Amino acid sequence: MSRIVVHALEKSYGDARVLERVNVTAEPGEFLSLVGASGCGKSTFLRILLGQEQQSGGVVIIGDRPIVPEPTPQRGIVFQRYSVFPHLTALQNLLLVEDFRSGGPFGRVFGARRRTARQEAETMLERVGLAHARDLYPASLSGGMQQRLAIAQTLLGRPQVLLLDEPFGALDPGIRVEMHELLTELWIEHGMTVVMVTHDIGEAFKLGTRVLVFDKVRHDPQFPSAYGATITYDLKLDRKSRASARDVAEVAAMVGTTRLDSAIATTAS
Amino acid sequence: MLARGTGAAQTGTGANLASQLASVPKTRLRLINATVSRGGAVLLGALPFAAVAAVYLASSAQRLAVNANDKLLPSPAQMWAAFLDLATVPDKRSGDLILWADTYASLVRLFAGVGLATLVALLLGIAIGFIPRVRAFLLPFVTVVCVIPPLALLPILFIALGLGETAKITLIAIGVAPVMVRDIANRVMELPPELVAKAQTFGGNSWTMVLRLVLPQTMPRLITCVRLALGPAWLFLIAAEAIASTEGLGYRIFLVRRYLSMDVILPYVVWITLLAVATDWLLARLSRLVSPWAHPGSGK
Ligand SMILES: Nc1ncnc2c1ncn2[C@@H]1O[C@H](COP(=O)(O)OP(=O)(O)OP(=O)(O)O)[C@@H](O)[C@H]1O
Ligand SMILES: [Mg+2]
Repeated sequence: MSRIVVHALEKSYGDARVLERVNVTAEPGEFLSLVGASGCGKSTFLRILLGQEQQSGGVVIIGDRPIVPEPTPQRGIVFQRYSVFPHLTALQNLLLVEDFRSGGPFGRVFGARRRTARQEAETMLERVGLAHARDLYPASLSGGMQQRLAIAQTLLGRPQVLLLDEPFGALDPGIRVEMHELLTELWIEHGMTVVMVTHDIGEAFKLGTRVLVFDKVRHDPQFPSAYGATITYDLKLDRKSRASARDVAEVAAMVGTTRLDSAIATTAS
Repeated sequence: MLARGTGAAQTGTGANLASQLASVPKTRLRLINATVSRGGAVLLGALPFAAVAAVYLASSAQRLAVNANDKLLPSPAQMWAAFLDLATVPDKRSGDLILWADTYASLVRLFAGVGLATLVALLLGIAIGFIPRVRAFLLPFVTVVCVIPPLALLPILFIALGLGETAKITLIAIGVAPVMVRDIANRVMELPPELVAKAQTFGGNSWTMVLRLVLPQTMPRLITCVRLALGPAWLFLIAAEAIASTEGLGYRIFLVRRYLSMDVILPYVVWITLLAVATDWLLARLSRLVSPWAHPGSGK
């Protein structure tokens, strides 16, 4: 739905440089998969796109103007941790989206609007397989259930840009495939631009229309944090013809994954 | 492999398995793992109370046997009589039932002071914890105020506000509010930034986020804060009443101290303890009622 342009992006924490010279343009409706070694700055990149954190240099343009330096409804996010509101039940978590969006100064919608919102929320709960858990608090949901709830919640916000930080890391393989299908379905339905960070190369190739690898190109052995990571590999995929095993292997080698077989298997699933 | 495993399992059924189960070794568990049954817990918990009571009864009986007019360790019967007298016989001068008049006066002061402090803690704590500008403005001040010993302020309050209720309520509020403000502010600052960011992606603004995110998530901590603050609040209340008052539980204790009336002081101390325990219990219940999510595994 919205074009994302990242130009000459840099991020440092004090002396430690995390990201440098990051340039990428995502067309509306593209699905970017981001992979890279642990600690190379993928989450930082997402937090900058979200507006939760500010870059040290460069610009991020979403739609047709630079992003405001705070989160807005234009961009939705699914975090790996702390993803749902612990003081609300599953259903209330989903209702909260409408409450914040159009609840006015009380942060709550009433009457007919609440009934509509409730119906929408219940449909969504059903879609992510949580209908039976609608009145449970997150503390009594498993990690995977919480993550499904988080994804449902963010999708209800109908963002133009969807940011996902290892959203399926906590799910078991069966549910993971179901969630892949759900996400693909909703992505096709809403056409939002997606940026997804993942450690699972297979998932990156299966879901993405484009795979990006973050890595450091320069190294200073005396001072490892002198240089940051940048995009070292950018592959556009054709959704119809599956990614070739060679591409998968190549990316896997870059990221240093040891589970190449399973990666290729996921891609083919 | 699989077949052999099944066969072994089949031969191992029945009496064999039962005898194995019966001989589960009774090892001594580590201290930290040896749990206590419900009845055992009640018994263990009652022990210290029983011990104190026994020591008191023995010493009291001994002293009274030597001198029947001894006032230091009155017998339970003497204390009960004195307590009943205060609770049911109207005072000659004022016509009040002294115990209830004292209790009412003290509780009004206590709840007014703690209530005021709670309100201040909620407003300031959330503002300091959630809004960076307010934090920069007020946190250093609150941090300094926290370390002023409130009792040192008591003379100032009496001079500035007179000897009436205002000074006493203010002392309690000033005594407990700063720590509560800091605690609430800390709690708000501990809110996962992920949740705050997420609320904003749904369209929350600073105010609606206070209503729907900060307030409900701070509630359990606020109630805990009040429970912890009640201890110091009683201290400040009794101190203020001891110095300048004409009624109240603290006033009574310090008044009868002149006549060495242990038969009044001891029941009053027990009465104050009961009131404090009851308040604490009610607040714990309130927390469960208001924030069921913060007490998983309790009820429903
Ligand atoms: N607030 C911060 N202050 C200082 N350093 C930080 C901060 N946040 C992140 N970093 C550093 O930035 C680097 C990148 O962190 P980030 O969380 O973006 O990595 P990541 O690629 O998401 O890793 P992972 O795959 O393990 O989630 C890390 O070296 C981390 O130590
Ligand atoms: Mg990360």
